[in-house]
Amino acid sequence: MATSTSASVNLGKRSIWDGGQEPLNASYGKLMMWFFLVSDTFTFSALLITYGMIRFSQPAFVGIPDEFVFSQNHWPIPEKVFDAIPFLDVHLPLVFVGIMTFILIVSSVTMVLAVEAGHRMDKADVEKYMLWTILGGFGFLGCQAWEWSHFIHGNSNAAMMEGGVLNFMGANLVHNQYGPPAFADLFFFITGFHGTHVASGVVINILTFYNCTMGQYEKVGHYEMIEKVGLYWHFVDLVWVFVFTFFYLV
Amino acid sequence: MAAHAENLTTEEIRKKNVNRVLVVTGILAAITSVEFLLAFTMQAGMGRNAIFVILTIAKAFYIIADFMHLRHEVKTLGMTILLPTAFIVWLLVVLIAESGDMYRFK
Repeated sequence: MATSTSASVNLGKRSIWDGGQEPLNASYGKLMMWFFLVSDTFTFSALLITYGMIRFSQPAFVGIPDEFVFSQNHWPIPEKVFDAIPFLDVHLPLVFVGIMTFILIVSSVTMVLAVEAGHRMDKADVEKYMLWTILGGFGFLGCQAWEWSHFIHGNSNAAMMEGGVLNFMGANLVHNQYGPPAFADLFFFITGFHGTHVASGVVINILTFYNCTMGQYEKVGHYEMIEKVGLYWHFVDLVWVFVFTFFYLV
Repeated sequence: MAAHAENLTTEEIRKKNVNRVLVVTGILAAITSVEFLLAFTMQAGMGRNAIFVILTIAKAFYIIADFMHLRHEVKTLGMTILLPTAFIVWLLVVLIAESGDMYRFK
């Protein structure tokens, strides 16, 4: 970390890139985490670009949103699909997704606080905030599991499949009551890929929490691992911000 | 982290950093609330989508700059990350613009 201060004394005509110091002033691990996140951005962008292309190459619903009906012939309005809440028989569009967004942002905040506690070498505080972050991650995953289950099973007042081929409710990779099958495919792929990231993030958070509790970072003398894991966790939150907009709002 | 002034005690630095985190949290919550409000009050269309995209980028800015600390990193590191992303955004714009034609030609 802070080993490069002496190298900058006698630079002469040498460039900052000629070796002997860290031009980006970041450790190897942190840099590699950033570059991993950039490459992960490409993957998620590919998924979102695919969503945009397929969506706008399909017919949109024409008419007043209140008169919207599920049909294979047009792309569904997202807030008509995602309007359910666990345990309540009400139609509140997007509220549950809003709760999920809130949970993830709050867990991101507790992660920042854990990093901040790490800077102060405050082991107890790091443990406390890491636990809250892990809890938030589990909360989000639980919500997503419910959302998927509800999407797959369908809701009672949805229209049946057109064409009279079969009476199908809910959605899978081939059939979809809400609209064109591609809508369900993209839902599963995009939220699924993001959910996988959250799940692995929770596992990594648990591992760092364990290491922290065992005094590993105190022994090393710094809490940089919390920072690196934090970068990953914020990235997961960041991706959700985009998924929320492009999948649920637009 | 931010605010490494020499004359501040650890407790003061902690307070300053935590305050900044809370401010950013407030901004993120406010932007999300505005998005919700617009989703129910504004007519769907290109105009509303543009507002959503701008608000999303604003949220992304605060997450990257403050939560991920890119604001306090060396400028070269920021450029290394943001420039490739800018090309991706361009690709996104182009391909979505083209998808309308795909529909027309089908």
